[in-house]
Amino acid sequence: MVDWLWSFSGSKETLGVALRTMSICTPMRKRLVGVLLIALFGMLLLACYPDNPQSTFDATGPVAQSQLDLFWMIFWAALVVFIVVEGVLVYTIIRYRRKSEDYDPPQTHGNTVLEISWTILPAIILAIVAVPTVTTIFDNANSPSLVGEPAIEVEAVGYQWWWEFKYDDPNNPGNEIVTANEMHIPVDTVVNVTLSSPNVLHSFWIPKIAGKVDVVPNNVNTLWIKAEETGSFLGQCAEFCGVAHANMRFRVIVESSTEFDAWLASQDEPALEPVDPLAIEGKTIFEGNQAQCWTCHTVSGSAKAQGTVGPNLTHVGSRTHIASGIRVNDQKNLREWIADPDRVKPGNLMSATAKVYTDPISKLTDAQVSALVRYLQGLK
Amino acid sequence: MTTLGIPIPKRPIHPTGVWDWLTTIDHKKIGVLYGVTAFFLFLTGGVEALWMRVQLTGPEADYVTPEVYNQLFTMHATTMIFLGVMPMGAAFFNFLIPLQIGARDVAFPRLNAFSYWTFLAGALILKLSWFLGGAPNAGWFGYAPITGVEYNPGNGIDFWILSLQVLGIASLAAAFNFIVTIINLRAPGMSLMRMPLFTWMSFVTAFLLILAFPVITVALIELMFDRFYGTNFFVTSAGANPLLWQHLFWVFGHPEVYILILPAMGIVSEILPTFSKKPLFGYPVIVLSGVVIGFMGWMVWAHHMFTVGLGPVANSVFAVTTMAIAIPTGVKIFSWIGTMWGGSISFKTPMLFSIGFIALFIIGGLSGVMHSSAASDAQQQDTYFIVAHIHYVLFGGAIFAIFGGIYYWFPKMTGKFLGEGLGQLNFWLMFIGMNVTFFPMHFLGLDGMPRRVYTYSEGMGWDYWNLVATVGSLVLALGVLVFLYNFFKTLISGEEAPGDPWDGRTLEWSIPSPPPHYNFVQIPTVADLDDWWRRKRENDSSLAPVAGSSEDEHDIHLPDPSYWPLVTAVGLFIGAYGLLYTLNIGTFTGFPLFAIVGGSITLVGITAWSLEPVNEPDSDH
Repeated sequence: MVDWLWSFSGSKETLGVALRTMSICTPMRKRLVGVLLIALFGMLLLACYPDNPQSTFDATGPVAQSQLDLFWMIFWAALVVFIVVEGVLVYTIIRYRRKSEDYDPPQTHGNTVLEISWTILPAIILAIVAVPTVTTIFDNANSPSLVGEPAIEVEAVGYQWWWEFKYDDPNNPGNEIVTANEMHIPVDTVVNVTLSSPNVLHSFWIPKIAGKVDVVPNNVNTLWIKAEETGSFLGQCAEFCGVAHANMRFRVIVESSTEFDAWLASQDEPALEPVDPLAIEGKTIFEGNQAQCWTCHTVSGSAKAQGTVGPNLTHVGSRTHIASGIRVNDQKNLREWIADPDRVKPGNLMSATAKVYTDPISKLTDAQVSALVRYLQGLK
Repeated sequence: MTTLGIPIPKRPIHPTGVWDWLTTIDHKKIGVLYGVTAFFLFLTGGVEALWMRVQLTGPEADYVTPEVYNQLFTMHATTMIFLGVMPMGAAFFNFLIPLQIGARDVAFPRLNAFSYWTFLAGALILKLSWFLGGAPNAGWFGYAPITGVEYNPGNGIDFWILSLQVLGIASLAAAFNFIVTIINLRAPGMSLMRMPLFTWMSFVTAFLLILAFPVITVALIELMFDRFYGTNFFVTSAGANPLLWQHLFWVFGHPEVYILILPAMGIVSEILPTFSKKPLFGYPVIVLSGVVIGFMGWMVWAHHMFTVGLGPVANSVFAVTTMAIAIPTGVKIFSWIGTMWGGSISFKTPMLFSIGFIALFIIGGLSGVMHSSAASDAQQQDTYFIVAHIHYVLFGGAIFAIFGGIYYWFPKMTGKFLGEGLGQLNFWLMFIGMNVTFFPMHFLGLDGMPRRVYTYSEGMGWDYWNLVATVGSLVLALGVLVFLYNFFKTLISGEEAPGDPWDGRTLEWSIPSPPPHYNFVQIPTVADLDDWWRRKRENDSSLAPVAGSSEDEHDIHLPDPSYWPLVTAVGLFIGAYGLLYTLNIGTFTGFPLFAIVGGSITLVGITAWSLEPVNEPDSDH
């Protein structure tokens, strides 16, 4: 029974074929019902389209896959229960609809055998579900690195409302490589992620790679992940964390281990010094006392920009997205973001605290914005 | 008359009009007050929901700001749970329990009035926050530390705390009252196992209230101290562990779910036998499963916390206990179907809602089992899948049962039938609207849409089902409007209902509709479960629904109305604001005027109440 259910797991095609086969070898009326069933099922399965960027139906790593397998197993069991119980319900109300106002049905008060069996049967089904549940809970809690599989360590920190990722510096043990909102990991490698928050609760979730684990202040949570395909995978904060909760997104960029090593090495470099005049002007503004970007942001290599309140911008030009993953990192979006961040991401703390946004006198001019954009884009 | 030398207005003996409602201690009138108030608040919660649905119709919509959206979802849930479903349950407790057990009133009629007025005070404190600088905005379970002053400096959370504290007083008073009533005031012969199922489920619910509310009260007091007096129970920057709040909240919060659903199960367990003309199938098992659910409801709270990092052992234990609670729930569902099996089923509106309840509750129960598998829940937790689940359980479950209950007992309450045709329309609009709104949320959740987001980007694949859900919510709203139309039309020109319009089975159908204020001319003697049905079938006319003669009435002694429950509750209402608003008089800052005034009023109210006799000596009954 369970094996039969498993054979459908995650495969729309198998299910479609099975239902079609079923419908072909039945008489006409039943065949119509079969076709309708397929249509309904097709609709339901299409309803959850694996191609959607945060679909849980397109698992790309063992953690998400184990969660999906468990989901399918319970789903099929639940579907059978659903069809049987709702079927009996519908049958009952049709068969025993009132035909005469005068008729009093026999006043039966119960049936011991029935009552015992419908207590025991669900218990058995639930026991069957409980076993893989418990084993999967333990599997997903214990990183394979505990039994010697090589792993890399990443620290993820949830801020209001963006993510910081920290890596050990391979060339300089004890040092950290810090980036924001885009977590690069090598493919087919175990990654142990340590989660922390210096502010409110968040939840770290990359649907295609792993179910969520909450980020809890004063508690260090860990999860392990492994991605089996390269590419960019969307993640999102899943625990309500304030005004910009909906916009607290991030990306996991899975690449080959050579690409990953190269990326890590590039992140270890100090920021590129600007060369063209506009970018140089941008740097002056960045480190100047009107804009005061440096008080919150770090640009490594700069003596002044060592702030740790906002995202580290050392290599911001190399990131694919800005504003915690909600906008593509291009000139237009960067301009909009720097000119009026609150329009892009309402409630963000930069527009609430930085003088250039709170004090009209310090407002950045268009020219200053252009210079900053050029400078930041150059921070590859 | 004076008490402690304070002149006190004369006690209302036969008040009329508004004074009658303000001073009543008749459980039936209080039940009506609860029902009407809660239904109005339910509508406000519905408006909050519609507003959210409009915002989510399409990607990157801009109808409400994120700040307002966060207030909307917090208020929607808090309203529906504490001001909608719970007090509508209380409305049925009030109106029905004394009638079902053959009593003339509850054990403490004035305490009952106090419960209502205190509930109203709590409700006002919450809803008025919209006009006093902003509603609470941290979700209905207000997870620390985002409820702390550091992250939430406005007053919204303060209103939320004060409101829930005041509502807690109302709930506790009512729960004690009903427990004492059910234990002590049952008619002769009505053993516990002859009690109607609704009364049984209310009995279990009252115990859950008494055990659960102290937990949330402790948590709220700690949070209140954090916010007002600088303590550090949940201040993470001072080293607090925010999981303390989650444990306290859900130790309350999960039994709370059963506080919401058990009365609904009780209502359905009354309607199904009547419209099937059969007794409840496996009555003792349904009672037992209700009690077992009440117990097991305490062992599953951490399934709301599967992703907070409790570790695999705790998660496994709570996964298994959560699966186990599905067993007594399943037993109830099977027994309800067993009740209809072999019956003669009439599809009047109350029955439609009850069958709808079963059909939808099955879906909610099955998605609940899906969540119980902690590993797989890691993908579902805090997504729209959970939103779908809770609405199948609480809307398809509790609200459908409540609507069924309203249609069922409306003739008893008012002596008039709600329109049957409109009722059917009401049901189908709500049934279709409910499924079109909430079923797609399963897909949204599994496609990765988190809950509590005010916006989403294009290209996430969430546009279509969000649009469908919004359309569904409008159908749902239309269904509720049909109910309102039906309600007012019936009040104006409804068909007269006899005492026993549905061929009922329990004692409330043995008296006229609406019942006289003393309920029973003679307290009945009960010999069986479904005693009224048995008497009807055995042609035993000793309990026919006839009004008593004026002579009989004269011998019935009921307590007189009283001002003091209202006064005491008004004091609580004013006093609660005292924690928020203080005056600065000259150099003296923070003068707690509201607290002093409110506290004094409550003190006067309680004192006068305790000195007031049950009956005025000169009153005629």
